[in-house]
Amino acid sequence: MSSGAPDAGRAGGREAGRDPVRVRVCPDGPLLLRGADEVMDADGRAHPVTRPVVAVCVCGGTARAPWCDGTHALLNKRRAANNS
Amino acid sequence: MHLPRPRGPISEAVVEVVRGGRAEIPSVTDIRSEDAQIALWTVYELAYRGFGDASPDAERDLELLRWRHHAEDLLEAELRDLTRAAVDEARAAAATVEGRLRALVDAGPSTPLARHLQRRATREQVLAYLVERSVYHLKESDPQAFVLGRVDGPAKVALGELLYDEYGGGRPERLHSHLYAEALEACGLDATYGAYIDQVEAPTLLSNNVMSLFAMQRRLRGASLGHLAAFEATSTDPCRRIAVGIERVGLPDAAAAYFHEHVEADAVHEQVVMGDICGAAVAAEPAIEDDLLLGAATCLIIDAEASQALYDAITAPAPELAGAGR
Ligand code: FES
Ligand SMILES: [Fe+2]
Ligand SMILES: [Fe+2]
Repeated sequence: MSSGAPDAGRAGGREAGRDPVRVRVCPDGPLLLRGADEVMDADGRAHPVTRPVVAVCVCGGTARAPWCDGTHALLNKRRAANNS
Repeated sequence: MHLPRPRGPISEAVVEVVRGGRAEIPSVTDIRSEDAQIALWTVYELAYRGFGDASPDAERDLELLRWRHHAEDLLEAELRDLTRAAVDEARAAAATVEGRLRALVDAGPSTPLARHLQRRATREQVLAYLVERSVYHLKESDPQAFVLGRVDGPAKVALGELLYDEYGGGRPERLHSHLYAEALEACGLDATYGAYIDQVEAPTLLSNNVMSLFAMQRRLRGASLGHLAAFEATSTDPCRRIAVGIERVGLPDAAAAYFHEHVEADAVHEQVVMGDICGAAVAAEPAIEDDLLLGAATCLIIDAEASQALYDAITAPAPELAGAGR
């Protein structure tokens, strides 16, 4: 996360004058991010956020890292089938 | 856009009245017939982009409203019957609205269409798919936008957020219907709104009409949200496959781009609609939960029917002879 005002009142992830980044954990799914500017992938490459909400893959199965591409649903289904 | 080609006595009368003439519109005996479906589609279209050759006041014509009321009652009854078993099962499977929607989606019917497009379809078959889906994708999200003014609080905020993304997130060049138009153009197809309405089949018209049925009446706002939930939750997998198919048959990148965008966007939209819109809408108005499930089950069943019909049509061994009744 970055803004035009370096070090301006950084506290607990908040910067002065802007909303906090909000993260929601989706059950068996991705992380939903609101208010972020960029997401760093596992290789250290920054991906700019270009939509109002983004879904970040946490299952490791996506082909569009760091974004979720829905693959987690297939993995969940496979896992459920193997467990029964 | 011009008024569509009538496909029987009902749509003939509807087109005549929309044009400003006088006719008594016949009652519907088969709501799934292409005659009834194109007639209903025409009446609904008056509330979207409309027709260059329609009378300016057709949207409020009492004969059209009377007929629409009658046709909608038949359609709604048909959908409630069609979805009852699936909705009952989903209700028994989970306790929360999100859990019930997931249960519906997981148990929903599947068709070979997306896999076929991915692996085996010819270029012509892929183009036929793009044409058939143009009826919806050139007005993508417009039905659901009607619902925004009918919900409030967190559900409205999340629906607004989803729609903002569908509508390009502040960038006209990212408007999803525009991306679809670019896909059509890149393939040498006609990207004009409504260009292919005269050739699409009844199941495609029905899949469009159920969205308008749910969108046009405030009473059915829950069904509209539920439809959106099922639509978004069943989008990423087919979009991924279709993008592969488009690239496999060598169609331009712009055509695949629409589907790549929808893998990413709908992975987000699915979570937003399931977790942020539907839950909040039902928390605010518990009475709409039944209609939410009705809408979701309708989307799953009716869209699978349309996919299956399209698959059957494009893979039929011998093309039907032109002039066989149409
Ligand atoms: S969390 Fe959705 S693909 Fe990994
Ligand atoms: Fe879209
Ligand atoms: Fe979407």
